[in-house]
Parts: sequence; C-alpha cells; structure tokens
Amino acid sequence: MLTILFDGVAYGMVLFVLACGLSVTLGLMNFVNLAHGVFAMVGGYVTVLLMNDYGVPFLATLPLAFIVAAALGAVLERTLYVHLYDRSPLDQVLFTIGLVFMAVAAADYVIGSQQQLIYLPPMLSGRLHLGALDIGVYRLFLIVVCAVLVAILHYIVTRTRFGSRLRAAVDDPRVARGLGINVNAIFALTFAMGSGLAGLGGALGADILGIDPTFPLKYMIYFLIVVTVGGTSGMMGPFVAAILLGVADVAGKYYVPELGAFMIYGVMIAVLILRPQGLFARGNA
Amino acid sequence: MSLPEPAADAARLLGRRARIRPAEWLFWALAFAALFLLPERHLILNSIAVQALFALSYDLVLGFAGIVSLGHAAFFGVGAYAAGLMTKFVTGDPLLGLAAAGLAGGVVGFASSFLLLRGSDLTRLMVSLGVALILAEIANKAAWLTGGTDGFSGMAVGPVLGRYAFDIFGHVAFAYSLCVLFVLFVLARIVVHSPFGLSVTALHHNPLRARAVGVPVNRRLVAMYTFAAIYAGIAGGLLAQTTQFVSLDVLDFNRSADVLLMLVIGGTGYLYGGMIGAALFVLAQDQLASLTPQYWHFWIGLALVVLTLVGRERFAKRLGAFARLLPGAR
Repeated sequence: MLTILFDGVAYGMVLFVLACGLSVTLGLMNFVNLAHGVFAMVGGYVTVLLMNDYGVPFLATLPLAFIVAAALGAVLERTLYVHLYDRSPLDQVLFTIGLVFMAVAAADYVIGSQQQLIYLPPMLSGRLHLGALDIGVYRLFLIVVCAVLVAILHYIVTRTRFGSRLRAAVDDPRVARGLGINVNAIFALTFAMGSGLAGLGGALGADILGIDPTFPLKYMIYFLIVVTVGGTSGMMGPFVAAILLGVADVAGKYYVPELGAFMIYGVMIAVLILRPQGLFARGNA
Repeated sequence: MSLPEPAADAARLLGRRARIRPAEWLFWALAFAALFLLPERHLILNSIAVQALFALSYDLVLGFAGIVSLGHAAFFGVGAYAAGLMTKFVTGDPLLGLAAAGLAGGVVGFASSFLLLRGSDLTRLMVSLGVALILAEIANKAAWLTGGTDGFSGMAVGPVLGRYAFDIFGHVAFAYSLCVLFVLFVLARIVVHSPFGLSVTALHHNPLRARAVGVPVNRRLVAMYTFAAIYAGIAGGLLAQTTQFVSLDVLDFNRSADVLLMLVIGGTGYLYGGMIGAALFVLAQDQLASLTPQYWHFWIGLALVVLTLVGRERFAKRLGAFARLLPGAR
C-alpha cells in the first residue's frame, strides 16, 4: 500500500518535471503546445543513446539531456513558435500536431521504432527495505531530484527578479513592454527552460515511461491533464495535479487493472466540467 | 401576404446565397463521372468518399458551429463498430446498418455535446480528446465484442437495396458511398441555409450578439454537434461496410488529426472544403505511402507546419478562385 503510494509519488514527480514547462507555455502564455512531448522524447533519447552507444555514465547524461532539449526548444521558439503566439488556438493546434507527426516519423527513421532499454547504474538499482516499506532506490532518487527541482523552480518563479518579470510579461505583455521588460527574450528563455526540463524529465523517466518514437503522442494527454487540471495559478497547482495523477494512475493500474486508463480520463473530464479553469484557478483578476 | 420591405430584402439576400452555383453542378458531375470513367480506381475513390463525408461532418462542427474538437474520431469509430455489430448480429442490410451507425454516432454526440458547452477552446479540445480516448480504451478492452487489437471481422454485408452485392474491385462500394455522400450533402446544404443553420453561423461569429437577438446558443450548439456526430457515425459505418472490417484505428487520435488537416487544406465553413481537402489528402497519402510506407506521417506533419506558418487563410484564398464559385459562409 505504502509502496504503491511511493511509486505513485515518484511517477507524479517525473510527470511534473515533464509538464512544468508546458504549464508555463500553455497555462500562463496560453499557447496550445501539443508538441511538448517531443522535447521530452529528445531528452530521453539523448540519455539512452549516450549510455548505450558511448558508455557515458547515467548521471552525466542528465545535464546533456537538459541542454540538448533546451537548445532545441530555443531554436524552435525563435524560428517557428514566435510567429504563432497571437494566432488562434486552432492554428497552434495544427502547427504543433504537425511538429509531433514530424518528430515521431523522424525518430522512427533515424533511431528505429523499438522501445529503448536503459540500464541503470548498480548504485541506483535495487531496493531498500525500511520496515514494512519496500522502496526502489531509483524511485527514491527520482523523488529527491524532482523535489529539489520543484523547490528551485518555485523559488525562481515567486522570489527572483526573473520570476516577477515573467509573471508580469505573462499577465500583460503590453504593459510589461512599456516598463522596459524584454518580453520576447523572457518568453524565449522560459520556453527553452521548459523544453530543457521536459528533456530532463524524459531522461529521468526513461526507465519508468519507456522511450520510443510514439512517446510524444502517448504522453501528450498526461501533460495536458497536469496543466489543465492544475490550473494556471503558478507552479503549485500543476505540481499537486501531477502527484495526484501519478498516484491515481499507479494505484488504478495496480488495484483495478481492467479499468485501464478510464479513471484518468474520467477524472480529467469531471474536473474540467466542474472547474473549467482547473483545480487551482486564480481568481478573475 | 407580402413581407415588409427590409425583411423582403433580407430574404432575397439569403435566397441568393443559397442558390445553386454552376460550379456545384460541375463538382458533382465530376464526382459521378468518376464512377464510369475511372473504374480501376474505385477502391481509392471509395475511401475518398468516406473521408469526404467525415470531413463534411467535421466542417459542420468547426466551420459552422466554431467548436475546435480533437476527438471527432469518437463518432466515426462508434459508427463503424455499430455498423459492424448490426451486420454481424442483426441484419446484413447495408442501409439499416448505416442507420444504426448514424444513431450510435448521434447518441454519443448528443451525450458528449453537453460537456463542450462550458469552458474555453482549450477545455473543449481537452474534453473532446478525452472522450475519444475513453472510447478507444473501451473498444480496446471490450475485445469480446469488438475484437480488440485484432480488429472486428466476420461481417457479411448484404447487397445494397437487396440487388447490388459488394465486389472486390470496389465498384458497388464507391457507387454506394458516393450516393450516400450526395444525399447527406444535399441535406447538410439545406440545413446550413435554413434558419437553424444561419443562427448557428451567427452564434459562431458573435455568440454575445446572437444571444442578444434571441438565439438559444447552447441548444443550437447541442443540435449542430449531434447532427454532425450522426454524419460522422454514418461515415464510420460506410467505412466498416465497404471494407468489411473495423480496426481499432477508427478511434485513433491520428484520425481526428487527419480530418482536421483535410478541412484545413480545403478551407472551412462552405461544405465543399472538407470534400476537396479529403480528396487531396487521400491522394497525397496514397502517393506518399507508396514512396515511404512507414514515414508518410512526416510529410503530413510538414504540410501542417508549413500551412499554418504561411497562414491557412492565404492558402484557402489560393483555392478561393474555385471556392468563390461555390456557395459560402464567408
């Protein structure tokens, strides 16, 4: 029971790292980015390929996964996404679905359609037995890493100058520009960071979620659930939503496997119907 | 009794918009000519007709009611399974099968339309996507009924109207699909030019003002969405009957995305857009799939990206020379 809870929390943590970039672009900037999973997939592939083909140790690949995904995000943001910020949601949907299709086919072509296996270092595999609790070491590692990331993110968004500029730029880009804030640069940097975090999430989650070319499509709905259910009030809403989703998914698959994914989708629809702005909406300011 | 002057003007204007243009005769003449002139291409023409009906249905939702949905495959898939089950367990008559498909699509559409009334475009996207995913999951889990991942087979579809049996070359299939498409198109054309259809267009353009002049916005959206879902169900039924097989991919996310692309290629809001887009899409898919069987979705994706960056309005205007000859909501 506690083990399931623990696994669920670890899963939810990974989901949060994967989705937190999206919660900024979609939740705050109102850009419907269905291609977020692409960056996660890129990060996952960086880690897996570096480990399996070049023998780079797992921990050393994590920063690389972040950097590669962030760089890709920055390039795409500057060249393509920037043209679509003030278009209709329909245009944004079309554009990002197009990106997903291209990424899925390209990954299939370049790397192959098989599921990539990841071999964790012995230090991180194995299990710990703490009384009644039976914990995978890697799960514990995930929780610690993600918790640190969450704390840093929360600090950046709420306490630093960059965070307040970001919030200003999101709330009212025109006024922010008038105050001398370089909105475009902030959006670009935020987008790159979000993509990088997705890449890191993909790398961290490669063991749990698996990495194959259909990754962006398979997990798209999970990211969207985290963001829409979590609402747009900051980092905490999506965080709670991600943990809930992780626990619900793991528990659901364990206790009532025949229900499959119904529970997740059902809960999502119910929340959206009852609270269209998400669980943690900010008031109509 | 004659109408007062301004009302008569308005009636004349609306009548002019609803008039049948010469290009429409041409469009359908070409479609029916394909029946006789291209007998060796009937299999792909049949799939164009099916996709055209599906795209027509999506145009009613997106182009007329203005609802951005990512789960239109839900109704298509439900219709396909309904037609399959009807054929296998009740009767092989194709038209009754289609009625079952339309009914199933309509029921699911009616039930899920209430979920779409609240919230913004994003919420609608998510909810429609969620509904389609749930249905796909049901079809996957209920393998005893739907065949699951193996697909649903063993349908023996009877002859159309008790006379024309389906053949392996798709001759009867295409004629059947084209006739269904034509009949449903005429019906849709009447509906969108009716007062009901005009009020739906009005509330798409300005919901606030439409409400102010007394259009019951929510009820109209429910009705239009259900109407479109019936069409999508029938399209799914057509696919099931003419291929005598239903696989899980009728409910796939890709199918919802594909129909969106078809409509974007052809342009929204004038009924012909979806059909033209479906023809271009299926032909392109056929060519690409024969060049690169595994990776054709890459080119579809590229098309989407380029289309949106260039601006689909501008692209639609290219087609516009032809589109302007057709009756339009624009």
